[in-house]
Amino acid sequence: MSLILILEQVLNGLQFGVMLFLMAAGLTLVFGVMGLINLAHGALYMVGAFAAAAVAGWTGSFVLALMASLAAAAAAGALVEVTVIRRLYDRDHLDQVLATFALILIFSEGTRWLFGSFPLFLDVPSYLSGPVTLPGGIQYPLYRLAIIVIGLVVGAGLFWLIARTRIGVQIRAGEADREMIAALGVDISKLYTLVFALGAALAGLAGALVGAIQSVQVGMGEPVLILAFVVIVIGGIGSIKGALVGALLVGLTDTLGGVFLPRLFALMMEPASAASFGASLASMLIYILMAAVLLVRPSGLFGGSA
Amino acid sequence: MNILKSLAMATAVSTLALAAHADTKIGMITTLSGGGAGLGVDVRDGFMLAIEAAGRDDVEVVIEDDQRKPESAVQIADRMIQSEKVDIMTGIIWSNLAMAVVPAATAQNVFYLSPNAGPSVLAGKRCHKNYFNVAWQNDNLHEAAGAYANDAALKNSFILAPNYPAGKDALTGYKRMYGGELAGEIYTKLGQTDYAAEIAQIRASGADSVYFFLPGGMGISFLKQYADSGVDLPVVGPAFSFDQGILQAVGAAALGIKNTSQWNKDIDNAANAAFVADFQAKYGRLPSLYASQGFDTANLILSALDKADVSDQDAFRAALKAAEFDSVRGDFKFGDNHHPVQNIYVREVIQEGDVFTNKIIATGLSDHADAYASECNM
Repeated sequence: MSLILILEQVLNGLQFGVMLFLMAAGLTLVFGVMGLINLAHGALYMVGAFAAAAVAGWTGSFVLALMASLAAAAAAGALVEVTVIRRLYDRDHLDQVLATFALILIFSEGTRWLFGSFPLFLDVPSYLSGPVTLPGGIQYPLYRLAIIVIGLVVGAGLFWLIARTRIGVQIRAGEADREMIAALGVDISKLYTLVFALGAALAGLAGALVGAIQSVQVGMGEPVLILAFVVIVIGGIGSIKGALVGALLVGLTDTLGGVFLPRLFALMMEPASAASFGASLASMLIYILMAAVLLVRPSGLFGGSA
Repeated sequence: MNILKSLAMATAVSTLALAAHADTKIGMITTLSGGGAGLGVDVRDGFMLAIEAAGRDDVEVVIEDDQRKPESAVQIADRMIQSEKVDIMTGIIWSNLAMAVVPAATAQNVFYLSPNAGPSVLAGKRCHKNYFNVAWQNDNLHEAAGAYANDAALKNSFILAPNYPAGKDALTGYKRMYGGELAGEIYTKLGQTDYAAEIAQIRASGADSVYFFLPGGMGISFLKQYADSGVDLPVVGPAFSFDQGILQAVGAAALGIKNTSQWNKDIDNAANAAFVADFQAKYGRLPSLYASQGFDTANLILSALDKADVSDQDAFRAALKAAEFDSVRGDFKFGDNHHPVQNIYVREVIQEGDVFTNKIIATGLSDHADAYASECNM
């Protein structure tokens, strides 16, 4: 086990974490501000990836594809908010889960209708493809480094938006007391649509970024959605800072656990069963992490006293 | 939509067949939505191509989507057997679903013909007289790949597969034939889409080649990430990692890779040429090996129905076992455990115009039977 391998895996964990953060940020904002459980967040991730693949196919430009993913996911998010989600704010969580689950099915079948059942092609642009050599002799794909950078830049932008702008003040106020900011004359329904579209755009961006190194296919959002929920539960619901810390924790735990647990067990048992047992335990690791965090801090690492 | 369509078709067929003699009802459970949908769609399309070409009004097919979930496959199977009274079942893609459905179905005197999944237990200890596998036992294509690795003088392979029954069969199959050392062996999560951690381990392992079994979207993700990682070791895989449905999404990253398959569109026989042409004409895309397996399964059923009624179970079983139909693979026969004994070829990924596809470059294993046949007491 060399140091280079460990460092490379830490980078992989970071990249995975940053991608999860883009997903979880929107989810936690929507839950924090509107009190809505949005299962259809994964569908917006898929919309972003498909929009990017379609636009990259027409124009050949990756930058245009990323912009299309932001625009398409934000538009889909706003549309869904105005037509469906808006009616759910006053309902209990069961109604929200049912309605947003229905949205998953509608989005999946709609996408299949438009694009067919077979995965779409979306590739890393040539200027970002291939590996670069980092200090210390680590070979690492340039595109994954780009994802880390884009994710951190978007994260910084989000913190700035929440902490320093008027909209951010309104969002934070909305989290603290919905009735009061409506009474103060803030157009609450416009604010909700905006927050929802913002969350959707971030999910769409994550879908497009990841779509270039994975497969763009119907149903790609749901596995990520489950992880994003784990992230916001660990980080504390409604907290952007919690989403960032939670995402990095989950990303690192999942990646490093998957690599090192089988090796750890290989010291104690024969290789084949160690590989299989280690792999099984590694896939449980983030849920064990979540349980441990909830034991110590029931409202998550940065959660308020809910 | 699909359920609607098949229901509509079923009603139409059964109204037509009211006056006809004993109807045969076939229940197809396959994956038509979610990440593995491409495989199920291909099996269904291949199957229905043969059924429709036969034009029989006494055969009714009911198609349902299992969403790659064992629990929904079990529910659908119960309903098909108990309330719809199907005679024959088929369609399941994934071995974990097959393990959940097949033993229960065959125990209730329903015939099950597998167009894809071939878990080792069902070929060996838990084989059943009413269970036929028309595709392969799970290990087979991987065994051919192991044999190819020896021929190509690969001495230190890094191998990986998803952590589910077919993944374990895959690596067992590869290791059975492969004579070199293993640089590493990894089981990944089923449905995993990011392989950065595994690729880093491959890079650090000092391997001279990589063998992977990652069907559907998993394989697309792995190949794209592998090509981008700068790890430059030769890759070998089974056809599942390079089938027609995923090659377009992988693109040039797969060119030149050797993979093993029991079928390819360039196998030279009349049935295959007609199948490839008809499939393309009807669906507007090239068939994959999954489509060929669906097509063969349907033709096997039709050939047996010509000889015996499905209600005469012993005669129908004997007719299935005889397998007298024009397989797109050329010669086709069953071993004693009702699994195919067949040639497995080595293919290479090539580009024809804009389309990425495969061509056969060698025969990997001839008349190959699976390793579990001796454990089967039927």
